[in-house]
Amino acid sequence: MATIPTTASEIAAAVASGALTAREVLEAHLARIEEREADIHAFNLVTADAARAQADAIDADIAAGRPVGPLAGVPIAIKDNMCTHGIETTCSSKILEGWKPPYDATVVTRLRAAGAVMVGKTNLDEFAMGSSTENSAFGTTRNPLDTSRVPGGSSGGSAAAVAAGFSPVSLGSDTGGSIRQPAALCGVVGVKPTYGLVSRYGLVAYASSLDQIGPFATTVSDAALITEVIAGHDVMDSTSIPQEAPSLVGAVSEGVAGMRIGRVVDLPGGAEPEVSARLDAAFAALAAAGATIVDVTLPSLGYALTAYYLIAPAEASSNLARFDGVRYGLRVNAVDTNAMYGATRAAGFGDEVKRRIMLGTYALSAGYYDAYYGKALKVRRLIAQDFDKAYESVDTILMPTSPLVAFKFGEKADDPMSMYLCDIYTIPTNLAGHPAMSIPFGTGAHGLPVGIQVLAPALGEVAMFRVGGALEAAAGGAQ
Amino acid sequence: MTQSGSPISAADVAKVAHLARLDIDDAQVVHFTEQLAKVMGHFGDIDALDLSGVEPMTQPYPLVNVMREDVEMPTLSTDEVLASAPATEERRFRVPPIVGTEG
Repeated sequence: MATIPTTASEIAAAVASGALTAREVLEAHLARIEEREADIHAFNLVTADAARAQADAIDADIAAGRPVGPLAGVPIAIKDNMCTHGIETTCSSKILEGWKPPYDATVVTRLRAAGAVMVGKTNLDEFAMGSSTENSAFGTTRNPLDTSRVPGGSSGGSAAAVAAGFSPVSLGSDTGGSIRQPAALCGVVGVKPTYGLVSRYGLVAYASSLDQIGPFATTVSDAALITEVIAGHDVMDSTSIPQEAPSLVGAVSEGVAGMRIGRVVDLPGGAEPEVSARLDAAFAALAAAGATIVDVTLPSLGYALTAYYLIAPAEASSNLARFDGVRYGLRVNAVDTNAMYGATRAAGFGDEVKRRIMLGTYALSAGYYDAYYGKALKVRRLIAQDFDKAYESVDTILMPTSPLVAFKFGEKADDPMSMYLCDIYTIPTNLAGHPAMSIPFGTGAHGLPVGIQVLAPALGEVAMFRVGGALEAAAGGAQ
Repeated sequence: MTQSGSPISAADVAKVAHLARLDIDDAQVVHFTEQLAKVMGHFGDIDALDLSGVEPMTQPYPLVNVMREDVEMPTLSTDEVLASAPATEERRFRVPPIVGTEG
């Protein structure tokens, strides 16, 4: 068998040219899954048969001379909170166990049209609530780089799938860092696009004003390629920005000469010293590549965690009201409908989901709305204004993705506040609705990967990918 | 704030659990109260901010209602949707009694 390339762009080129078949690419990846999945548990479901049928169809198209898409034969893993028609979609929750959606998420439709081959549905913290994938109802995912440690979360399965070579690319969702933080902890690239750039139709909602779908990849160029395929207006999502998908792959190799990169002088503390050292090295690498480093101030950033942990649970408490045992998923029978709701939701949701629903219900309840939710919305405005001011003098901003490298299982599992602090650097961009990406940039404590985060203003993806590409190029010599 | 100085009391937790239709027992009320009090203790940090005159921000960018053309379009298959339901009857979702079970 021919050697299988590691990147999506090389695989697609090889399949389109006939150098490799989609089927042999798929079988090589299924073999890797077979070999290591029992240790890693990246997937809730491996869809081997459907994938084989899809790969064979692409090979038939190529044999017949029919045109194929830009991702022809590229295996991809999908986070299990995105709907796949007729294929179980659980959100790693007992309340949705066994549910087969009657439609595909728009991203799934677009990937399939581009020729990507879905290999499975990946594990997550239940309903995307968590930073370690320990909150899954179906078991934890292990970090492929050190299986005694978490992969991060909530898209831990999608990050681990790419890090383990189960698929060259995957999709996650990012509400407060759920793509970027696991990307950092697993040593891969992760992108949260601008809010509204990628359709959320078919993404099971956690916090609708913050949720955004994005890719994991081993290279910045692959991440750009996937973003191009899934981005662009969708009539099925009323928050979808009415414009065409941007062209991004070319930006990756454009370089950063003349760009202005922001260094946040009042960045909230808490990062491990090795993480801070990698951030300094990233600034040095970009300066050496011709960028200018400019000091900026984001005075409200330290309050983002509070704003997020009021706003996201408030929205979650509303969104998750739909899981009531009536139309889909689990039902625990009871004497009347009201009792059925309470019993069903008690049995179906895990503790973290219950905590956030209660927190959100409280923050929205009479007498507390102004003191909690109302205030959080004002803090959100201050954070967005801080960014607007900073972006008057810089094109992008650099900060760590996660204050910590991958931690051990159980370290934070029963201490919600210490888990929430993992998101301190990723949350602000979700509140503002901006894009951000995490690039592996050397190692920190225990030789584990450190992710550096590139932030950009709304629809600033081109600038973000330019800086991401430059950091990736520098990372080779920066270990 | 409750009289004890804790940002959330056991009675508050029991109340919101009921509002959110989550059956939790007394031991869970105690456990969740402890955890939520710790999280909410952190929230006091924003009290230091002067928020007067700041407009609340509910969305990343201003939203307007989106209307599509009033034309026929394919919709989900009723059979397929009903197949996912825990109980159906006469092509509808079936639920336990809604009234008349109390007192």
